[in-house]
Amino acid sequence: MLFEVPSLESLNLGVTLPAVSLAFGVCVLLLADLLLVPKDRKEITAWLAVAGVAVSFVLNLFTFNNTDNEAFLGMFVADSFTGFMNIVILLTAFLGILLSKDYLKRAGIERGEYYTLMLMSAAGMMFMASANDLVVVFIALELLSIPLYVLAAFRVPDVKSEESGMKYFILGAFSSAFFVYGAALVYGATGTTSLPAIFNAVGTLAESGGSSAFLLLAGAGLILVGLGFKVAVVPFHMWTPDVYEGAPTPVTAFMSVGAKAGGFAALLRIMAMSLPAFTLADGQTFAAWQQTFWIIAALTLILGNLVAIAQSNIKRMLAYSSIAHAGYILMAVAASGTIGLTDEATRAALIYLLAYMFTNLGAFGVALAVERDDGSGTNLNDFVGLAKNRPGLALMMAVFMLSLTGIPLTGGFIGKWFVFKATLDAGLVALAIIGVLTSVVSAFYYVRVIVNMYLRDGEAETPGETQMVNWAVYIAGAGTLIMGIFPFLVTGLSDLVTVAASVVR
Amino acid sequence: MVPLWTYLLVAAGLFCIGAYGVLSRRNAVAVLMGIELMLNAVNINLVAFWRYLSPLNMAGQAFTAFIFVVAAAEAAVGLAIIISIYRTRQSVIVEDVDIMKW
Repeated sequence: MLFEVPSLESLNLGVTLPAVSLAFGVCVLLLADLLLVPKDRKEITAWLAVAGVAVSFVLNLFTFNNTDNEAFLGMFVADSFTGFMNIVILLTAFLGILLSKDYLKRAGIERGEYYTLMLMSAAGMMFMASANDLVVVFIALELLSIPLYVLAAFRVPDVKSEESGMKYFILGAFSSAFFVYGAALVYGATGTTSLPAIFNAVGTLAESGGSSAFLLLAGAGLILVGLGFKVAVVPFHMWTPDVYEGAPTPVTAFMSVGAKAGGFAALLRIMAMSLPAFTLADGQTFAAWQQTFWIIAALTLILGNLVAIAQSNIKRMLAYSSIAHAGYILMAVAASGTIGLTDEATRAALIYLLAYMFTNLGAFGVALAVERDDGSGTNLNDFVGLAKNRPGLALMMAVFMLSLTGIPLTGGFIGKWFVFKATLDAGLVALAIIGVLTSVVSAFYYVRVIVNMYLRDGEAETPGETQMVNWAVYIAGAGTLIMGIFPFLVTGLSDLVTVAASVVR
Repeated sequence: MVPLWTYLLVAAGLFCIGAYGVLSRRNAVAVLMGIELMLNAVNINLVAFWRYLSPLNMAGQAFTAFIFVVAAAEAAVGLAIIISIYRTRQSVIVEDVDIMKW
């Protein structure tokens, strides 16, 4: 029994194909770049990477929403939640590659392993979205993070990039240790690392009380600390502005969306799907961790939005804005702690992530076009007069800024709508009010960019504007607007997402 | 047999020493050592839980093996970044790496 070798059929490899094909593709890409691609034609590697993403995307469409969705004896699950998450992650990787191709040449760091690292990180995010076991969550977390440490420091010997890589590495590794300590305590409390088995064990634990419930609470708290660092919520956010400012801009764009998507996938899986019934007293209608989450969400919203006002560098401003947006997604996670609301809150978080993905990648794309070859030109003043010189890009930037604020007819509004609705349904009225008020505050610094572009006279230049970057920006802009004008497309897709089914058996 | 809580106590102590090392040491290599110490504290926890709570389920041991691998990978990447910083700044003191406000 202990060492029984499972048969190949019982592993159910078919449903793992989206993630596994990408991981396999990364290995092929590394070899192909080394052996086949000539040194001065590294754009071939970029196109091969896009092909790998496309293959994974097609396979993901085939495995989306299938019923027989467990693989590797239940350690890996490919349910509709995974499918939706994979779409977000693969689109992020695709737009990230488009943004990178010409930037690398400009910055003089055109090396093939860049794309390998980026796709490896994307594969880690996909494994994170499918992890159904704490061991897999941990491995996926590291597969996501370690390539990102390297990517952040990729622009050596640029001192800022090195510094960004080192800060990200130290704090990332520090937080992984917290996460894995928490996972060990949850294992100690429940005797298993499998998330569905933890779900089953939680019910009996709460009744028996005693030290095991305490271990579980401490474990959940430490997991929150570890993943909170990854998704950058207050008070674990200190690294974000420095890392985002110092890292090469396409890397910042990629990790501001990808690392968040992966981190929230794991948070939702662990908190909303395996610990939702973890209450400390009989008859409580919310999970024991919910109050902690809503306090952290409120702090994140307030600090992220207020400090963003004081920023003069577009990358730093978007870093604080990304902290604030982590707060909005965390509102949905907190709402999922109310019993019976898991499905609705998870859908809200997914819709928000999709909208945030398009909007944020687009905003970083425009910032990248304005940036000069030596990495300067990221000040907000560098946008003055952009509307006159480059009306198309300026219009897109305006759309992204309005979407980040949450103005109707943009994707950001749809995301906020669902998140606030879930929060209200969960009875967290105070949190919803904080969310609305901070959205109003956020308009101040987002609209400032629009004012700079349209109302002030200046000669903004776009040395980084190439066909690839334009494509990425317009695709992101189209995604933002389509989501805002035809929200039923996305909500229809998210209606397929049922999270409880994968856990309760 | 020694009770389970003694193992947990040792592990918690090691974890705190490691965390203190990360937060207080100025040398980046020493910070890395602190992180390794934290991961090893987790290993003690996992093996103790496995032995005492579910010796028939291999998850605890397997988890430990994976943590070894990840710790090695982290150390490799971390040292590479530290070396590249040393080449440009001739220093591995964490506080010297502060061009951007922390």
